[in-house]
Amino acid sequence: MYDAGKIIVGLVVFVILATSPLWLNALMGGSPEAPELQLPTNGSTECVESTEYMRAEHMDLLNQWRDDVVRKGTRDYVSTTSGKVYDMSLSKTCMDCHSNKAEFCDACHTYTAVSPYCWDCHVEPKGAN
Amino acid sequence: MDGNRRDFLKLAGLTAVGAAGVSSIKPTEAQASTDSHAETSAEGVRLAMVIDLRKFSKGDALIDRCVEACHREHNVPDFKDDPKNEVKWIWSDDFETAFHSQEFHFIREDLKGKPTLLLCNHCDNPPCTRVCPTQATWKRDEDGIVMMDWHRCIGCRYCIVACPYGSRSFNWKDPRPAIDNITAEYPTRMRGVVEKCTFCEERLARGLEPACVEVCDNDEIVFGDLNDPNSKVRQLLAERMAIRRKAGLGTQPEVYYIIDDPRTLQETAPAAVVEVTEGGDHA
Repeated sequence: MYDAGKIIVGLVVFVILATSPLWLNALMGGSPEAPELQLPTNGSTECVESTEYMRAEHMDLLNQWRDDVVRKGTRDYVSTTSGKVYDMSLSKTCMDCHSNKAEFCDACHTYTAVSPYCWDCHVEPKGAN
Repeated sequence: MDGNRRDFLKLAGLTAVGAAGVSSIKPTEAQASTDSHAETSAEGVRLAMVIDLRKFSKGDALIDRCVEACHREHNVPDFKDDPKNEVKWIWSDDFETAFHSQEFHFIREDLKGKPTLLLCNHCDNPPCTRVCPTQATWKRDEDGIVMMDWHRCIGCRYCIVACPYGSRSFNWKDPRPAIDNITAEYPTRMRGVVEKCTFCEERLARGLEPACVEVCDNDEIVFGDLNDPNSKVRQLLAERMAIRRKAGLGTQPEVYYIIDDPRTLQETAPAAVVEVTEGGDHA
């Protein structure tokens, strides 16, 4: 093999660089801190569904609400957890409690690098920050 | 050989008879389906608006109040001196322009240049919904409102071309900077989306009248169910002379304009009182 030394050194450098995210994370103490969400400041303690469900499925729930309100014209959502009836509205029902978009929505969405386009049109509550 | 030809001709003859039979049935079916569009759908609720032109005059502040109430409520952008980007849900033009297809000659003096409120006609046979490739606009079965789903609109603007009334606007620019006071309860639109009047379906859902109707205090605009013979709109249409814009196109527009002589207002005044005391269900 010609230039064996250069090739092996090159390979080693490549492997180190390519795996750098893995061992850098290991050295620097694991993954970055999980975002802390601001809980509702208006005193409410329960969401339309359980916390686990909302954490995992809120995007599907919101899509469902959108289709029900716009396409079917139905506006009442009956919670399967508590049986309470809610107005299917992002800017009213959701943001009534989670009034701080930056500390609630954006905190997780930035962390997980997703950019939903809700706020291109829907209006975030004023004076939340 | 001869036998074969004979068989072939028989078969050909039968086929021709069969084809004629089928084609004679088909037009009848087609005729039936066109007929059902010729009249306003007779079942369920059919919302409509009656604008009483007798009660509007030049420089009327009510016109501005209607437009402003609507545009403020629905976050309609105002690009001021930039007509190319104009977005409008309800607006006003003079009578002759609004009804130019009627080709009025020597018209009544009071109708000349009369400010006429224009908005989406919520046609019973809407051409805009047929051409939408994503079903972002459609006619609601339950009340006839021609709805918009801004989540689905891809901005192809085919509906703008299809609408004969110019009721649809396109957001060429991001509308947010052109909205002075954003109403948080209602969404804005984004760049690349078509918008128009929705007969205030979000207000109707809360049991309110449309914003432009609400600012009227003398029944200048009346809103109600066309399929209810006791509704205010039906009563007005039965008593007064009302026209619709470009009715000849067959779109069945559901915004009516009363063009009676304003002097008939005096004779209707007592009748209006009777209507109110009877408590007709008009909303």
